[in-house]
Amino acid sequence: MTGTLQAPGKLVGQPVPRKEDARLVTGQTTWTDNIVLPGMLHMAVLRSPMAHARVDRVDVTPALRLPGVVAAFTAADMGAAGVPCVWPVTDDMVAPTFPALATDEVRFVGDAVAVVVADTRYHAADALEAIEVDYSPLPAVVDMQAALAAGADLVHADKGTNRCFYWELNGGDYAASRAKAEAGGGRIFHRRYVQQRLIPNAMEPRAVVCAPMAATGEITLWSATQIPHIVRVLLALTTGIPEQKIRVIAPDVGGGFGSKLDFYREEIIAALVAGKLGRPVKWTESRSEAYQATTHGRDQIQDIEIACTADGTVLGLHVELLADMGAYLQIITPGIPLLGAFMYNAIYKFESLHFGTTGVFTTKTPTDAYRGAGRPEATFAIERIMDDLAADLGMDPLVLREKNWIKHEEFPYATIAGLEYDSGNYEAATARAVELFDYAGLRAEQAARRASGDPVQLGLGVSTFTEMCGLAPSRILSALKYVAGGWESSTVRVLPTGKVEVVTGTSPHGQGHVTAWSQIAADALGVPFEDVEVIHGDTKMAPHGMDTYGSRSLVVGGIAVLQAAQRVVEKARLIAAHQMECDPADLEFEDGVFKVRGTPGAEKAIAAVAFEAFTAHNLPDGVEPTLTADSTMDPNQFSFPHGTHLCAAEVDTETGAVHLRSYVAVDDIGNVVNPMIVEGQVHGGIAQGIAQALYEEAVYDGEGNLVTGTMVDYLVPSAVDLPHFTTDRTVTPATTNQLGVKGVGEAGTIASTPAVVNAVVDALRHLGVDDVPMPCAPQTVWRAIQAARGATAKAGRP
Amino acid sequence: MSIWCWAVTWTYRDGRSHHDDVVSPSQGVRVSTVRVKITVDGQDYESDVEPRLLLVHHLRDGLGRVGTPIGCDTSNCGACTVLLDGRSVKSCSVLAVQADGHSVTTVQGLANGTWHPVQQAFHEQHALQCGYCTPGMMLAAVDLLGQNPNPTEQEIRQGLEGNLCRCTGYQNIVNAVAAAAAAMAEGTPR
Repeated sequence: MTGTLQAPGKLVGQPVPRKEDARLVTGQTTWTDNIVLPGMLHMAVLRSPMAHARVDRVDVTPALRLPGVVAAFTAADMGAAGVPCVWPVTDDMVAPTFPALATDEVRFVGDAVAVVVADTRYHAADALEAIEVDYSPLPAVVDMQAALAAGADLVHADKGTNRCFYWELNGGDYAASRAKAEAGGGRIFHRRYVQQRLIPNAMEPRAVVCAPMAATGEITLWSATQIPHIVRVLLALTTGIPEQKIRVIAPDVGGGFGSKLDFYREEIIAALVAGKLGRPVKWTESRSEAYQATTHGRDQIQDIEIACTADGTVLGLHVELLADMGAYLQIITPGIPLLGAFMYNAIYKFESLHFGTTGVFTTKTPTDAYRGAGRPEATFAIERIMDDLAADLGMDPLVLREKNWIKHEEFPYATIAGLEYDSGNYEAATARAVELFDYAGLRAEQAARRASGDPVQLGLGVSTFTEMCGLAPSRILSALKYVAGGWESSTVRVLPTGKVEVVTGTSPHGQGHVTAWSQIAADALGVPFEDVEVIHGDTKMAPHGMDTYGSRSLVVGGIAVLQAAQRVVEKARLIAAHQMECDPADLEFEDGVFKVRGTPGAEKAIAAVAFEAFTAHNLPDGVEPTLTADSTMDPNQFSFPHGTHLCAAEVDTETGAVHLRSYVAVDDIGNVVNPMIVEGQVHGGIAQGIAQALYEEAVYDGEGNLVTGTMVDYLVPSAVDLPHFTTDRTVTPATTNQLGVKGVGEAGTIASTPAVVNAVVDALRHLGVDDVPMPCAPQTVWRAIQAARGATAKAGRP
Repeated sequence: MSIWCWAVTWTYRDGRSHHDDVVSPSQGVRVSTVRVKITVDGQDYESDVEPRLLLVHHLRDGLGRVGTPIGCDTSNCGACTVLLDGRSVKSCSVLAVQADGHSVTTVQGLANGTWHPVQQAFHEQHALQCGYCTPGMMLAAVDLLGQNPNPTEQEIRQGLEGNLCRCTGYQNIVNAVAAAAAAMAEGTPR
């Protein structure tokens, strides 16, 4: 759907304050854990303290004797229900059964073993202590490389391997590019980067409430999820409860970041247990429980090789990736590295690309989507190696990038990975960022500090990123073997009194869809912003949807809203023309009013048309009553936001402490619906990317224990740990949707991690440091400095 | 059979501490519940609670005042921050029995006819996205501004260090607290 871009509306493009806030700032919220139902019971899950063990015996009877305990269940009570993987990336992918409760073995610390149900949450927690389990320890598998070695201990002995899959993507001929680089005196540059494992930490832990209706076989399941529609389908498929009997509601959801883009065991268990007991059941995760039982992110080892000419023209890229699946596959675990596969070539004009990835099982919490999902990893690797390459070639990192990036006049551009970038202007975004950052001034200061031997050195980090989002064209998902589509749905109806309801299949959890969709619909229908209500997150009220993730909501779901509103206007036009006895083509529609062209005074407001459509007393032939329309948007192509992020880091070479002095982000996400919301998304995204660069890491010990098992041990940054961000935008409208908009939810996270690490390394490069592993904590930085000094001293020895 | 006697102390942000002796009312008898009187958002509640019951669970499960959410189990995140006698505390780190005889203000009691300047500023400055940390963040901000009516950016960041937000990157929260400070200064009679 290329074509004319809608002119900015009255509301679209404006920083309209959010409708959502009134409830949120006054505490009138419906978090899942707030829900209380008559007769409701509380469920608690007993989790494995061992990374890998045979379960010899589970005895819940002692728990049943405790006060308030109503029931307890083990694997035998759960039947065959389990978590399915819906992204079998290869035909021969190893997909172990992931039962609702562990059957014969536990395979990660936090693996669910049994559940108890009691009258209060305290009694349920007490009862867990009384359950007796006999474990026979089995070897933990904690290292991906060791896991792939011959004779390695196995996570799933019956599968005979820890290898889940191997998937590759090839464009051009890398061997030829490599040979060309070698023959011309160019560079073959190899690096290994490690994407540490991260814990998503949505502020609201997961929670599930399930209410059964025995008489009809219906269940209502409230879940702190990003994907109520997908949960409904999967619940039907895995429990056997007929889909039409299942209503899933995502009420207020306190963040997700991918961790709630999943179908979890506790949703299955709550549904089954509530059904067995005939009473509502609630389960709420504690934070420490979340650290074990909610998916983790990243955890990849990246071997990346770049071939370029002597003058720094990139030719080919060769990437081999190990991706830690954890012990089981959650719904899209194996697909995460694939989402990055197409982004290694980034904004550059490579002539060849090889990407291969091996999925590996370990005895750890399953990984899955975490803000950016594959693209942050890819962007990190390419942006880090471009900086390293620039240093090696003695070029400024921005100059090297400009030499290789796609010029704005070259769009649309078919990439070596097989995508078509519709639009972009890397020159403009970079120029604006350089200006805001005072790049030249900071480079001069860096030189001065180096010259004076200042113990606090200054580094400048560059990240010129793009990403693919707006998941996703259904036909591309099909080619990648994902089992569902990527469309989104909306219904817009003008009620008899002229007020408007927008039904959306997106499921917001902080993104402000109620506000943004109101802006879009109000503009399209010419009605006041306040007159629009947005209905979401309930499979009964908003039956069609693919939910919210992958920066898809606006570019897919928001466009569906616009299309539905436009269809409403077209239907209204027929009714208005009929009643005003004119040709529909003679009507102009402006500010919610149809006017007969050239006939002053002959007009009809859309609210009046809505009432006519409601009474149905006088409708044209073939036009059905009610002023409502549906639309489904299935995009033709991904969305490609881009931008240039620049970071200045002061690194104390004596302590290793990193202080972010300034951070400039210039993002190009095309047109925007609400710049205030956009800026908030960018801020939060940058914060999460910085958190990976400097602070966060989920650490397992050799026995497979999660050492960073609570918030005390895992450093989620607070306000003092983050700098002020300077943000701006350039505007290169997307040509793939009517609004010219691009996704923004993940951009900041994708861009910022390499910008920060590049800055840290840049501060230390003159000392011989060419990499600092993440997170760049003071001790890690200090060690990198010491290692480089040692190497320099050795090399300098006669 | 249990007899219990605690001395409980908590410390406010400015170092001022509060001390309570809590003794089981009927020694020699297993104590299952204790009667407490707590004023929450201006309303008096009298309840029988288990001694181990956290204030936040009492507010949510006992009194049905669910505006105060829970974000962690280690008192790191601050989502459950309320005002206890006007000063901010993490209500997961206070027992309901410790609040006996005291007054609690939650997010649900922050507005007084009109929104508190902090609520207004959070809305106008887009200082919230998912809103889960917001009740605690706002109440921590109210306490901060009570102690320091005109904080610098760095003082705001330090003052809110005990409250985590995963959505906003804090920048708009800092802006909102500064804006609230300005609005409150303007509204103060000279």
